[in-house]
Amino acid sequence: MAGETRKLAHGAERIDFQTQPARYRHWRLDVDGALATLTMDVDENGGLFEGYQLKLNSYDLGVDIELADAVQRLRFEHPQVKVVLLRSARNRVFCAGANIRMLAGASHAHKVNFCKFTNETRNGIEDSSANSGQHFICVINGTAAGGGYELALAADQIVLVDDGAAAVALPEVPLLAVLPGTGGLTRVIDKRKVRRDHADYFCTIEEGVRGRRAVQWRLVDEIAPASRIEAKVAARVAALADASTRRGEGEGVALTPLDRRFEADSVHYRHVTVEIARAERIATVTVSAPEAAPPADLAGLIAQGAEFWPLRAARELDDAILHLRSNEPETAIIVFRTQGDGAAVLACDALLEAHREHWLVNEIRQYWKRVLKRIDVTSRTLVAAIEPGSCFSGTLAELAFAADRAYMLIGERQGENRPPAALALSPLNFGAYPMSHGLTRLQSRFQAEPADLDAARARIGEALDAESAEALGLVTFALDDIDWDDEFRVFLEERGSFSPDALTGLEANLRFVGPETMESKIFARLTAWQNWIFQRPNAVGENGALRRYGTGERAEFDMHRV
Amino acid sequence: MSEIVHVDYTTKIPNNVDLANDRQVLKALEGWHPGYLDWWNDMGPEGFQESLVYLRTAISVDPKGWAKFDYVRMPEYRWGVLLAPRDEARKVNFGQHLGEDAWQEVPGEYRAMLRRLIVIQGDTEPASVEQQRHLGKTAPSLYDMRNLFQVNVEEGRHLWAMVYLLQKYFGRDGREEADDLLRRRSGDEDAPRMLGAFNEATPDWLSFFMFTFFTDRDGKMQLESLAQSGFDPLSRTCRFMLTEEAHHMFVGETGVGRTIQRTCEAMLAAGVDDPTDIAKVRALGVIDLPTIQKKMNLHYSLSLDLFGSEVSTNAANFYNCGLKGRFQETKIDDDHRLTTATYPVAKLVDGAIALVDEPALTALNMRLRDDYVNDCAKGVERWNKIIEKTGVNFRLELPHTVFHRHIGEFKNVHATPKGVLLGEADWARVRDDYLPSAEDGAFIESLMTPVSEPGQFAGWIAAPKVGIDNKPGDFEYVKIAA
Repeated sequence: MAGETRKLAHGAERIDFQTQPARYRHWRLDVDGALATLTMDVDENGGLFEGYQLKLNSYDLGVDIELADAVQRLRFEHPQVKVVLLRSARNRVFCAGANIRMLAGASHAHKVNFCKFTNETRNGIEDSSANSGQHFICVINGTAAGGGYELALAADQIVLVDDGAAAVALPEVPLLAVLPGTGGLTRVIDKRKVRRDHADYFCTIEEGVRGRRAVQWRLVDEIAPASRIEAKVAARVAALADASTRRGEGEGVALTPLDRRFEADSVHYRHVTVEIARAERIATVTVSAPEAAPPADLAGLIAQGAEFWPLRAARELDDAILHLRSNEPETAIIVFRTQGDGAAVLACDALLEAHREHWLVNEIRQYWKRVLKRIDVTSRTLVAAIEPGSCFSGTLAELAFAADRAYMLIGERQGENRPPAALALSPLNFGAYPMSHGLTRLQSRFQAEPADLDAARARIGEALDAESAEALGLVTFALDDIDWDDEFRVFLEERGSFSPDALTGLEANLRFVGPETMESKIFARLTAWQNWIFQRPNAVGENGALRRYGTGERAEFDMHRV
Repeated sequence: MSEIVHVDYTTKIPNNVDLANDRQVLKALEGWHPGYLDWWNDMGPEGFQESLVYLRTAISVDPKGWAKFDYVRMPEYRWGVLLAPRDEARKVNFGQHLGEDAWQEVPGEYRAMLRRLIVIQGDTEPASVEQQRHLGKTAPSLYDMRNLFQVNVEEGRHLWAMVYLLQKYFGRDGREEADDLLRRRSGDEDAPRMLGAFNEATPDWLSFFMFTFFTDRDGKMQLESLAQSGFDPLSRTCRFMLTEEAHHMFVGETGVGRTIQRTCEAMLAAGVDDPTDIAKVRALGVIDLPTIQKKMNLHYSLSLDLFGSEVSTNAANFYNCGLKGRFQETKIDDDHRLTTATYPVAKLVDGAIALVDEPALTALNMRLRDDYVNDCAKGVERWNKIIEKTGVNFRLELPHTVFHRHIGEFKNVHATPKGVLLGEADWARVRDDYLPSAEDGAFIESLMTPVSEPGQFAGWIAAPKVGIDNKPGDFEYVKIAA
């Protein structure tokens, strides 16, 4: 039952994060004018791994990959959609949450990655609502338990059928000895503002809350008998569509399949390459600047669609990071490199800034924001190597600011004819890409001296050499080519020798300077506690609740409080 | 709000739970009882509430004489709260608490599970009353009408029994659940009953007999396993309910049996040899045996669904926690813990039906269902004996458990009653060969004309061999109010 031996189902070699509606096994996406409906109908036998069935609309990572894909496509491919209904195709069952047998048999690493991705998907739903005017209404027609209710919590509004049986529940504590860790605890109190004593009661009962009490306690927005629920939902759809700020004129942009080539130690995309040095446990992710000049204007940008460099590069980078997280667990360090013409990157940034009001440009900016957030919460040491020939400019400079350390080479490398490395800022570094806690990476960087932020802002557009970048505080160390090789090698070797657990904790603590938001609390507080509980015998030991679930035998707990 | 009427519950409600001194339950009953009467008047037998019905009323738990018969208007029926006598030495007889003293109070950690068990059981009791409320108008005799009403008032009492447990042992949540038992309605789109078979229509008397034979027999199996419960009040309640449930089985078995008897007799009298010559048999004003088989197929398969998934975590939890045992648990010779045993479960393996060994704890629904199937088979054999005796060449057979299922392992496949798997198109083609068609329903309905002369019976059903309470054949079981 150990996760290490669990096999991917249907002969798959790796977890693939790319999909498209025609391949969905678990969701149906229907679009009708301003309204889209995402219907959950999980294929019991469509699990990502062998060894469990996805009963009662329970989900695993494969189900969530489809959901994430659908949410993403709604933003890019369906500009006219203002309201999305989340609902279930099953009679009297909404969703039973994450599949318990899947969790019980999964490795700790898979559980952590699974929770991280599902959290990102739900944050993405809220991001659609907040920043794209695509609002979600969840229609709960039966039991919404655990992750099922957590999915509903990601929606703007929740409507629950009132039939004396349908209920919302977070039964993780009494049933499984774990937490509602996909944002459940946080969203119940911080988003829906359920009183904390009510939340305490709600989160310790298996059967959940239904009917009037669910409304009184703010767990749902409205209840309605089955015969009237569609009318109620329709009224909410109309009101939300009216209130939506989405002005999605024109056609959507089809997110065409990415050309990828997986080799033994590398993955190749058009603008992104991943190379893995297995002995060193280092993955180098290289992002290339656009080769051609960017389109001249908005019309040209729209015409390029999914081929427009910022969108294509973001999709490729997103896929590469997800691949590394899930399929390359032994990688300790991700080294970010870039190559190409920094001016071309800045030119794309200029387009993205000039037309920020256009829905497609907005979507591309929001997408880069989410990709960078994904990098922020990736539990690998992140390093930027800024060397001659690189283009850490504007949007790509965010990779250096996301890194735990950035090393920049001073001047030329002897024996090469590439120009010295330069780092450049664009307006997008100053607001387009906030982190999960609400600050930009540069704001986080300059917490001690906000004036440093203004100093950096004053240099927007300049090609900053290593010494200037170091003086401005934009890189960790600037090194000349005499020191570079040893310093950088020693750093990587030393880093690779530390405990991966300690590094994960260290990095997750240092990356998020300053305040918290609901989103950052989900990762920093809820997920951290959940990951602790996921290691404890009370949950995952032979006699723990997760392992015993489904056998009929009760869990045995070590009753000491820690 | 309705007018508050003082009711002396201690005299109105036959009980052996010292109701007079139980302030908690009396208070709860004051809140619930008026709602119950409203429900009975709204949803109970339609058109006969004022009639005097010769009913038995449970008045004690003395095995030598627990009931008395008399004429009563149904709304004035004395629904009692009666539990089998307490056995001070009773233990928990299975699961991880095996050998501990049976619980007289609800163990805190099992409160939610126990409440759920009681609510699900409780929800079925009023449901059948609702399903059967129109049948009085087409009763084939006063004898049958009385049996219908007897079943109805006793289902009402069984609701009472579950409500008593909820109100006595489950605090405020229990009271809310008790209210919701009156709120849900069979077949109601907005507030349906919890289990599928209890939202199906009972359109005619043959359906009623099939229902009491097959579906009430599921109820019997559930009560038998709850009667094993380590929670003693639940055990005692269910044990007493079982004494009443036996009559419901009797109504079903003899009802179908008398229908069969009449069909065979009519065929013999008219010289119709071929039981499958449906037109000829129907022309005699009786229900042909193939249609009876189809009705059986329907009610049996719907009732099998009531046992839930073959492999069930809930069933495993209920057993291991000592809350719901097996059929005749204490007579089974094993360790009564089942943590290492296995049980064969019918499953679909690579498109074929196969028995697969599963951990016995999780296979308890399958096991109870197997016990049920055996119990049903015996009744069906007694029906076949009736046919045999008349010399008609026909046998009724229980369909395969894979046939016409909506819950469990076989819910996504179609199959014939013999268990041969079929594709969607083939199933659509043969469905009406195996399940009652609209035309079959219309024919049966055409026979449902009421007969209200004492001692007279509709032409499609034979008279019973003996009367209720040994009354003579022309006894007026129901004095119908004008």
